Amino acid sequence: MGEVIVVTSGKGGVGKTTTTANLGTALAQSGARVCLVDADIGLRNLDVVLGLENRIVYDLVDVVEGFCRLRQALIRDKRLEGLHLLPAAQTKDKTSVTPEQMRELTQELRQEFEFVLIDSPAGIEQGFKNAIAGVDRALIVATPEVASVRDADRIIGLLEAAEIPPAKLIVNRLRPQMVRRGDMMSVEDIIDILAIDLIGVVPEDEQIVVTTNRGEPAALIQGSRAGEAYRNIARRIAGEEVPFMDLDANSGFLDRLRRMFGQA
Amino acid sequence: MWMRNSSKQIAKDRLRNVLVHDRADTSPDFMSNLRDDLMRVVSEYMEVGQSGADFQLQSVDDHVALIANIPVKQVRRGRRPGNN
Repeated sequence: MGEVIVVTSGKGGVGKTTTTANLGTALAQSGARVCLVDADIGLRNLDVVLGLENRIVYDLVDVVEGFCRLRQALIRDKRLEGLHLLPAAQTKDKTSVTPEQMRELTQELRQEFEFVLIDSPAGIEQGFKNAIAGVDRALIVATPEVASVRDADRIIGLLEAAEIPPAKLIVNRLRPQMVRRGDMMSVEDIIDILAIDLIGVVPEDEQIVVTTNRGEPAALIQGSRAGEAYRNIARRIAGEEVPFMDLDANSGFLDRLRRMFGQA
Repeated sequence: MWMRNSSKQIAKDRLRNVLVHDRADTSPDFMSNLRDDLMRVVSEYMEVGQSGADFQLQSVDDHVALIANIPVKQVRRGRRPGNN
């Protein structure tokens, strides 16, 4: 029996879809059978991030409405054997699916896959309620900004109310140099405020833009800092103990020198 | 120190304040539970008007304050908590 995990955030644009695509890719790379579910009905995006947009025939709403079988709607990734996508419908809206239907769907998926990752839409309405129905645990993506952390706090409250086990935090798009300058909240600041456990930190990385342009998740690229961070998070999801990356490692020589003398 | 006025510190302070309101507002029983508990404690010291009491979280300058307005009818003489 596989595990169902939702990737959520409250605020839009913080990297839920990129995170889902990369974690799924990294889990599949290590040999797991993985299904990614795009729960953002009406604003389908996970397919383009994965480069699978041209292969969609049926979607999540078709499955839920009994228009096709689940197996027919699943798209196999072209690079990784174990990776599958269940795309969102583009022409419907969030109300075409109920939490009960999502629960049945994830129940069916967990028979087949070791990891089922649900890419949640932004917001706290119907789409979010659908995305969290039937999940075993939650990953919250937040960037080091006031609005993002505020929305993450609200989501933590809603997940608690839904009696989902304590969520784990992914701090996304961290810029270590800005943190050192005192111009960005640090990971510690965010954890202190939200009071939840950290599962990973993804540094800001231009590679993400490039890989998303190409439809190839950064987790596939050796040498991408964000890709490495995602691979580490995937291993932690699978239960491995992985030390946190030293995000200062690639900062400039002068920065390191200054820190050595306690001036930064 | 320079950290005091850094934009990161400002972000943290603003976030803390906004979350005080958010957490209190979004938990349906928070304010009414707080009100009931406070009124019970205050009543041990003084006779208060239950109906006219008002509790609010207000932003004052750079912090949040709990403002309580409780009508006092009479102070109980020599009252100490716990020695009813």
